[in-house]
Amino acid sequence: MTALLEVADLHIGFGGLAAVRGASFTVNKGETHCLVGESGCGKSVTALAMMGLLPANAERRTAALRFDGQDIAGLSEREMSRLRGDRIAMIFQEPMTSLNPAYTVGSQMGEVYRRHRGGTRQAALDRAAELLERVRITSPGMRLGQFPHQLSGGLRQRVMIAMALMCEPELLIADEPTTALDVTVQAQILRLLADLQTELGLAILMITHDLGIVARTAHRVSVMYAGEIVETAPVFPLFAEPRHPYTRGLLSCVPVPGKVGRDEPLGSIRGTVPRIGPNFAGCAFRDRCDLARPDCSSPVVRHTLASEHSYLCQIAP
Amino acid sequence: MTAPLLEVRDVGQRFRASGGMFAKTRQVVAVDGVSLRLETGGVLGVVGESGCGKSTLAKIILGLIKPTSGDVLIDGRSLTTMDRRERARLIQPVFQDPFSSLNPRQRIRDIVALPLTAQGGIPAGEIRKRVDAMLSRVGLDPAMGERLPAQLSGGQRQRVAIARALVLHPRLVVCDEPTSALDVSVQAQILNLLAELRLEFGLSYLFISHNLAVVEHVASEVAVMYLGRIVERNEASALFHAPRHPYTKALLASVLTPEPGLGIPETGLGDAMPDPANVPSGCRFHPRCPVAVERCSRDSPTTERAGAGIVECHLAPVG
Repeated sequence: MTALLEVADLHIGFGGLAAVRGASFTVNKGETHCLVGESGCGKSVTALAMMGLLPANAERRTAALRFDGQDIAGLSEREMSRLRGDRIAMIFQEPMTSLNPAYTVGSQMGEVYRRHRGGTRQAALDRAAELLERVRITSPGMRLGQFPHQLSGGLRQRVMIAMALMCEPELLIADEPTTALDVTVQAQILRLLADLQTELGLAILMITHDLGIVARTAHRVSVMYAGEIVETAPVFPLFAEPRHPYTRGLLSCVPVPGKVGRDEPLGSIRGTVPRIGPNFAGCAFRDRCDLARPDCSSPVVRHTLASEHSYLCQIAP
Repeated sequence: MTAPLLEVRDVGQRFRASGGMFAKTRQVVAVDGVSLRLETGGVLGVVGESGCGKSTLAKIILGLIKPTSGDVLIDGRSLTTMDRRERARLIQPVFQDPFSSLNPRQRIRDIVALPLTAQGGIPAGEIRKRVDAMLSRVGLDPAMGERLPAQLSGGQRQRVAIARALVLHPRLVVCDEPTSALDVSVQAQILNLLAELRLEFGLSYLFISHNLAVVEHVASEVAVMYLGRIVERNEASALFHAPRHPYTKALLASVLTPEPGLGIPETGLGDAMPDPANVPSGCRFHPRCPVAVERCSRDSPTTERAGAGIVECHLAPVG
């Protein structure tokens, strides 16, 4: 497997509060890497950092940020914008707010293409129609002339995906792409992404809070908690032998049909995520952890098992 | 036979929606001929996708909107014969979004006390005692009563909403997507709390959710709604193990359980999204149905018995 995106020791802060603390991960060509965690764990801001789209007040530092072997941490905004939408594309949770309501589907899709590839308006529209067909939208010619509000939520997300694929990106960053959709539509969209990955050899960085989506789409998983990747592993060992107490807790919280009976309690994690100030040290999960010991407040060492499985805990076996 | 706790009799709700400045006014059928029963102590799950009418149904049962047709009865008495105070003593809501369902300018204590003060005639000391007891019961420190909703996390706010719903000791709690806005670890805490409280206070729940795994966990009986109608209803175990309606099957197939290796299911559903302003002829599910035959676009299926429940489909096994 060749690495397409490599991130080493990524830190992102907002005025003294740390959002991401030393995250390192790799997305391989043709694979899906899921970043999973609950709200505020730093997963979305990590995605934005990959795209060079962090808000102006964010401080970012990183040991390495490489795309296809090229260092992209030091790129100027101009150089980054040449990559964005071309070789790296992104889709967001709410397609209604990320599509421009004032322009037709065709003109928005065409704009991306002409900006990176040039060519005539008609060539761009032809390309757009081709992509709409590829994401299984019927009568693409008609859709090109429609405005986002004329489409259903599922169709809008298909348009977003088609738009992201206009320039044949190698990496697609998907931030909660199906959270706003109904379950049946969610299955259809995820199915489409999986098919496109096989057809086009796309690498996908999938940001989600849903462990069902992780299990069904990921090749590799990184679990984020309070800005850190607390556990990373290929998908099978992560679900079969989770090590970090947070990963274990999270898995026990999910109701699985047929597994936990009615009136039997679900597993749960007490308390809430702490605020991480500048002088925070030790394990961020210790106040919620049943295994915590006094030495959990000293810096934690990452344990590495075989098969690329590592976790940030000194107690878990 | 005694009357069930809740009986919904052939309830319908139509709205008139303006289609825009120059468009004709359209008729939106949000709920169409819905009948339900819920016995004391039961949990009736209502599932369906956005726009299927499940939240409108919740509002009708809460007495917040008057249905265009049909009737809702509690203990055999029509909601229309009760005043607001009496309704509030019997039925209370817990809504999805704990950010918008709590008044941001009121202290937690006053929010939880409101159902008691609205009843009138309860001494202030008694109210205070009952509010403190209820806050502790839902896992909040009574000292938190002095705070404002903005100072609480999402899970704590949903605990406040539950305390407010239970402070009058109602019989029925209508939970409309109570955990949809919450993180999964907090969702588990809230579901566990709701389960404990149901046994402790002898409550019954009408539990509305789009999350089938959650409904499977909590419900004793499940109704599946599609475009305003209940297309299948049955005991939870029967519905989840042997679904009869193609829509129920597709919904169940779409549940992504956290089991790697199973891949993404193929639902077989078409892209024609349901529009309550434009209900298809015949079976309303036929444009998306993977097994529809010619007859389905022409004739509306009748409600047939299916075990302990019902199903509405020309092709589903009945009896």
